[in-house]
Amino acid sequence: MTAIQKDPDNPIAHLSREDIEQIGRELDAIRQEVLDTRGEEDAAYIRGLIDTQRKLELGSRGVLLFSLFPPAWLVGTAGLTVAKILENMEIGHNVMHGQWDWMRDPKIHSTTWEWDNASPADLWKHSHNEIHHTYTNVIGKDHDLGYGIMRVDEDQRWVPFYLGQPAWNLINAFLFEYSIAAYDLQLKKNWKGRKENPEFQAKAKQVMKKIRTQMTKDYVVHPALSGPSAPTTLAANLTANLVRNLWTHSVIMCGHFPEGVATFEKKSIDGETHDDWYVRQMLGAANIKGSPAMHVMTGNLSFQIEHHLFPDLPSNRYQEISPKVRDIFERYDLPYAEGSLPGQVASAWKKVIRLSLPDDTLGKAKSLLGFGRKKKEADIHEIRPERLEARAA
Amino acid sequence: MGALAERVATPLLPSDYVDLLSPLASSAELRGKVVGVLPETVDSATLIIKPGRTWKGHRPGQYIRVGVDINGVRRWRAYSLTSSPERPDGNLTITVKTIEEGLVSNHLVHRIRTGTVIQLDQATGDFTLGEQRRRKQLFVTAGSGITPVMGMLRGHSEDLEGSVLIHSAPTGRDVIFGRELRGIADEGRIELIEIHTDRAGMLNPANLAAMVPDLAEREIRACGPTGMLDSIEAHLETIGLAHRLRTERFRPAVVVTGEGGTIHFTVSDVNAQGDGATPILDVGEEAGVLMPSGCRMGICFGCVSRLREGAVRDLRTGEVTTATTGDEIQIQTCVSAAAGTCQIEL
Repeated sequence: MTAIQKDPDNPIAHLSREDIEQIGRELDAIRQEVLDTRGEEDAAYIRGLIDTQRKLELGSRGVLLFSLFPPAWLVGTAGLTVAKILENMEIGHNVMHGQWDWMRDPKIHSTTWEWDNASPADLWKHSHNEIHHTYTNVIGKDHDLGYGIMRVDEDQRWVPFYLGQPAWNLINAFLFEYSIAAYDLQLKKNWKGRKENPEFQAKAKQVMKKIRTQMTKDYVVHPALSGPSAPTTLAANLTANLVRNLWTHSVIMCGHFPEGVATFEKKSIDGETHDDWYVRQMLGAANIKGSPAMHVMTGNLSFQIEHHLFPDLPSNRYQEISPKVRDIFERYDLPYAEGSLPGQVASAWKKVIRLSLPDDTLGKAKSLLGFGRKKKEADIHEIRPERLEARAA
Repeated sequence: MGALAERVATPLLPSDYVDLLSPLASSAELRGKVVGVLPETVDSATLIIKPGRTWKGHRPGQYIRVGVDINGVRRWRAYSLTSSPERPDGNLTITVKTIEEGLVSNHLVHRIRTGTVIQLDQATGDFTLGEQRRRKQLFVTAGSGITPVMGMLRGHSEDLEGSVLIHSAPTGRDVIFGRELRGIADEGRIELIEIHTDRAGMLNPANLAAMVPDLAEREIRACGPTGMLDSIEAHLETIGLAHRLRTERFRPAVVVTGEGGTIHFTVSDVNAQGDGATPILDVGEEAGVLMPSGCRMGICFGCVSRLREGAVRDLRTGEVTTATTGDEIQIQTCVSAAAGTCQIEL
């Protein structure tokens, strides 16, 4: 998709100022409703989940002490993988968002939480909470858009480097937690001149230290504790971290990369009101349909739209408010981007592959090969099938 | 061993895993488990608390801060210890009287269940007998003001023979520890004067000398509502006995709130005026305080700082958050304005 303002079919062109203000009021009301009912049950949810996650991790690591036996390896590795995913997604990500700060429990607080990930909490909080959530999908401001190494929007000028992006993205998926750490350091931007940049040096040191303690734990200490099972426990930890990388990479791709998600020009957010920001969040994210277990494993980022509208509401409430949010989309004729997990992952990958080539290469190729579709139609169809369907309905 | 445990547990602490199994065993956090709740009067109750491993004990007359989760939110309040440090079972007790509309006091008196794990701080406070214990004591208390004195009577039972206790309560049935106090008075260990204010009216400090003929020879310790303490202080001043008085003031649970107020940034020691509509973040920056900041719209939590005392209002919802001495409540300065005098730890 191209930046919304350049889009000949701008999805918010029909909204008046009053409409946008009314949307803002309605979203504020949804937020207030959650705040008014936030309490003991929510607290019990996060405490219960943290308790379960820790016991699962402890139990799995216990089983892995005997990972020489294949059944123990399988059970332990599966448990550890699930525990690590829960820890990063439904717990770590959301606690660091401040979703549970209201409990005033210093142990479950955005200012004190550290997570099982290569990226140190405070670095991640800055690049994620502050930059990405404030400047969501604004080209040139939101570094999540392609992580600075990929072209995920027509408005990013094509250069031959992008030819390799399907490969970069695959490598990125395997090494995701390290990519996140590199990204939080803004490694690409800071690499030149790193020697004269004390702030970068300090942060890089902090990241290296975090990576070292993480690696020591997973690849040295726990294998060593397993005695004769050391090699298999090492393999189990590697597997768990790898699967988590692939899983989180897929979930994150689904949040902003699938077709149907809008991007915005830098100048379009000059003088942006909170209501405008709301509308930008509505159009700049995509949801994933699925089972309750899938929602928890994605950290409820399967409700990416709701999360972007209300990043500080407890994640266990996103599902509940989702119909109300969706109702606003429908009443104001806005596209609510949503799809199944395989569908959204495929859609995001398709975009990564399509945009690795100069614009319209596929279209031209198709005409050359005589597919006979008119260019305009083909483009619209490729860009936003959901909206066309919505219009037709 | 400790270093290995840390490497195993990172990024958590080994104590986080200990907490999973036994919240009282933690060496990092002091917690307690409510093992009994005994009603005292219609509006007060004693909580028997088994303290965690790191409890250092207390001196009679001291208080502890108690953190309890109510509707998911942790609330801290201070209560005098009413148990003797030598209690054979090692437990401690606090005795709580409900305050009208008091969130925490009502919860502790009426709703808390045995088995609940609560947060504790180590005992603190200097309303103790200290060096003056050889002198005879006069205690003047009212309502829940009896609680630190009960702690002393139980903890120093021998030292306090011959003490006088003047205690005010609306009626005889409202006297907390009434039966126990009358018991030790009947044994002749202390003299107890009860003032039932519904019928007799409030204590007039001018009558103290008549009630306690050897007033001038006694150490005087008073604990109760601010009005009573102020009047006693004023009277002892006029008769030249103010130096004998020690008081324990219960902190006002109600923080005065309004629109705007003086913001004291405690670390930088800067005072600034905040109106009711300007975020504390802006006020601080304007005043030259180094303020952490982020999105400036309440979503990133990069500006979170500690409110140590006073009141702030959430500019989005209008909700007021208050803190009293000893509290450390984290607030978002970018969406909070002063709602009265407040102290921010920056």
